[in-house]
Amino acid sequence: MTAAIFEQPLRLEQILSLSYNATPDKFDKTWKAPLSTLLGLGRAVGADFVEFFLERKNYISCLAEDDAITSISPSLVSGAGVRVFKGSSDCYVSTNDLSFEGLKAALEKGLAIMGLEMPDSTASVPEINLEPLRDYGLGRGKDNWLASCPSMQTMGEVLLEANAALAEKADHVQARRAAYFRDCQEVLVASSDGTFARDIRLTQSVGFNLLCADGEHRSSIGERLGNTGDPSFLTAWDYSETAEKVAEAASNMLYADYVESGNYPIIMANHFGGVIFHEACGHLLETTQIEKETTPFMNKKGQKVAHESLTAWDEGLSTEAFGTIDMDDEGMPVQRTLLIENGILKNFISDRAGEMRTGHPRTGSGRRQGYTHAAASRMRNTYIAPGEHTVEELFASVDKGIYCKKMGGGSVGPTGQFNFAVDEAYLIEDGKITKPLKGATLIGEATGIMNKISMCSDDISLAPGFCGSVSGSVYVTVGQPHIRVDDITVGGR
Amino acid sequence: MAKVQTISQQAEAIAQKLNIAKYDIYGSSVDETSVQVDKGKPKQVKASNRSSVIVRVWNDQNQIGVTSTTDVDETGLEMALKTAYEASSFGVKENAPDFSPQAKELTAEVDFTKSEPAPVPELIETLVDAEKGVLDSHEAIASVPYNGIAQREIERFYLNSEGAQRSEERTYASVYLYGKTEQEGRKPRAAGAMRVKNGLAQLEVSDCVKEAAEKTISHLDYEKIASGKYPVVFSAEAFLSLLGAFSNMYNAQNILDNRSLSTAESIGTQVASPLLSVYDDELHLENVSAETFDGEGTPTRRLALIEKGVLKNFIHSAGTAKRMNAEPTGHASIGAKVSIGLNYIEVLPGESADDAYQLDKADGVVLIDDLQALHAGVNALQGSFSLPFDGWLIKDGKRISVESATVAGDFRQVLKSIEHIEPEAETTPGGICPRVWISELSITGEA
Repeated sequence: MTAAIFEQPLRLEQILSLSYNATPDKFDKTWKAPLSTLLGLGRAVGADFVEFFLERKNYISCLAEDDAITSISPSLVSGAGVRVFKGSSDCYVSTNDLSFEGLKAALEKGLAIMGLEMPDSTASVPEINLEPLRDYGLGRGKDNWLASCPSMQTMGEVLLEANAALAEKADHVQARRAAYFRDCQEVLVASSDGTFARDIRLTQSVGFNLLCADGEHRSSIGERLGNTGDPSFLTAWDYSETAEKVAEAASNMLYADYVESGNYPIIMANHFGGVIFHEACGHLLETTQIEKETTPFMNKKGQKVAHESLTAWDEGLSTEAFGTIDMDDEGMPVQRTLLIENGILKNFISDRAGEMRTGHPRTGSGRRQGYTHAAASRMRNTYIAPGEHTVEELFASVDKGIYCKKMGGGSVGPTGQFNFAVDEAYLIEDGKITKPLKGATLIGEATGIMNKISMCSDDISLAPGFCGSVSGSVYVTVGQPHIRVDDITVGGR
Repeated sequence: MAKVQTISQQAEAIAQKLNIAKYDIYGSSVDETSVQVDKGKPKQVKASNRSSVIVRVWNDQNQIGVTSTTDVDETGLEMALKTAYEASSFGVKENAPDFSPQAKELTAEVDFTKSEPAPVPELIETLVDAEKGVLDSHEAIASVPYNGIAQREIERFYLNSEGAQRSEERTYASVYLYGKTEQEGRKPRAAGAMRVKNGLAQLEVSDCVKEAAEKTISHLDYEKIASGKYPVVFSAEAFLSLLGAFSNMYNAQNILDNRSLSTAESIGTQVASPLLSVYDDELHLENVSAETFDGEGTPTRRLALIEKGVLKNFIHSAGTAKRMNAEPTGHASIGAKVSIGLNYIEVLPGESADDAYQLDKADGVVLIDDLQALHAGVNALQGSFSLPFDGWLIKDGKRISVESATVAGDFRQVLKSIEHIEPEAETTPGGICPRVWISELSITGEA
């Protein structure tokens, strides 16, 4: 039989013969009936909570190397994940099969794994009363985003023009790359607490990677811009400006000396400098870390954990920022979450499981790479708030130190130890930049570094990033103004 | 996922309908179950069954277009072929990839026995016992925050429009345990271990427990290390990490892209100490994940990369081999731009040495067990690295855990500074390697 919303609870034997005609190429209200039936089945069998996450993704990447397009790579992805909670345990089953039968099979597998047995075939299975579709895909013309994005032809043309501009501006070029990707994702979340919400996300990124060489001297510099929600992002890209910045940095670093290891005060630039807070503190404020007892901040809410000059936020609301989303991957609208205010720990970053297992309320931070991952508490746009100093005041405060102008990646370990690579660094002597340095790595401990950020300037800037963690790789923003760290260990030669 | 014969027939019919004469398809299907536990109870169980294919299409101008999809039914396949055909008009005109000339050659016979998946309760019980084993090994070990057992069954295939068609199935099981200590007035310390085998029954879980516990305990009594230059010994895992991080040295695609530490003329040059010989051998008996063909259908094989310090071969795809007048080597992953990667590395053991190279008699040597954050601290294009590590300072033959430090250097210099390679090799999930002694590297300790 073809199902709709039923007046009487279904019996299990009826579900076995159901078929649904949900819209195949769009997650709309026609998905309500099959999902409310399956959620009801999960609850009837004994699960405390059941959630479906459905995803379709249309992704394309384009790569220009020197003066040729060497890769255009479209990817079409669809699938679903079902999460079943029983007590403090949960199970996550994912499948490529979006049919009713496929979703039901995934649910049944999850229920079986949790040790929940199907009741008698005559058992009554009340459907879950889902809310009317909360459709974030209707706003801001999202349904037309994909069609409005650049064609393959345009992608190729822009990247080749950009690479030509880079060639003009850079010296000693060994290899040039311009890369772009567009990720258009449609998601639907339905859960046994009545959540029924859809969203469309458009994420794009474009940037350069430049390798320069002169004899044994080499430098490689990358720069990437990111955007959510603007189909004209690529065509509006000021590649000349980016090319100039990359060429200058590569030129400065080509003949740089290796940094001498030791302890220094550092000035860390704004923009991607925010990766230090992301790695050294942000991850440790995720409730997944509290669950594992791998954060030194777990019992510190309301206590001083950082220098009084430091205030920090995590939010999903900044217009077109790389970590901006209208709802998280558990169907909750995102919010602006104050993490640290004047050095006092105010809130953690929490998802549904985090709230259940740690008691910290959800913050719209349940995120995942896609349907193959269960959501987890993850950062969105995370940054240190601007302070009252000027950049000049920060530099003037340093007799001998390091200016970390461009950060590379980093990570934080289970004991709170972090590390960051510095792609572009300079020696500061008597408050002035004197020479470029390469090969620097910053190492330290989260609890220590947070108390050493003693000065923040007034020039906050955000940068896009990719954050890999327990629920896969997600798009995030890091950011900060220029900051002074009083003392940090710099690994080098 | 449909059987490869079915996909082949469907693709042939769709290609005819779309007037596509030349195409190839690589696909895989993964059925996976994993569990994590927390203090004796299951925390999360994950199960997935996912399939995907990558389709390459050549147009009349011999330009190539690619599309990947997870919709591995007839409709999804048609959409993928259509999209790939559309993309082909933007494909490269010079040096366009072609089918591997070896895509129909015989692959190696590998003695592989598939394992039946274990039921989830057995996975949980095994992991709960393993967690308990680590916790019980020392009172200071307060938790095992990162742990897991996973089992997966993988089916993969390659086919092309000229009749090449090959497939294989594999099963794997893995366990990892990462213990963390807590002691009053001391910093938390952590270390772990991992094992991979064909199935749960073969998995040496008790060995993994023992190693995770011993390593974690060995870091309890830690000390700061003074920054400076030290003789360094890399463990098997650490040295293999470095060889992998700088794989552009032997990667033909990187060389053609001018993004390598080598050039096309580097073959035959001395790049390392004569003590070093490195092979890539996907078919090695110890490689539980041995695959007999790569993403272009080329059979995998044993290949000398460095012999007695001399660079012997690059790893190739069909496209790079054609451009560099060589043979494809079975290291390609299909894609819009074919990528090339190492398979399973074997570093040959060295000879016995005198007391100067005995760890239990050494003094002032740093033993690096595990290099971390390679994604951040390696500049593969410059050849430099600056990496945090887990390890010990050897003082009068005794191991003293290093509190927090980085090791920095130049990869090419490391290869040339090898003073000794120990006679016994260790098998790891990523390859086989003995401990390797380097004359000197910069160590920076946290102040």
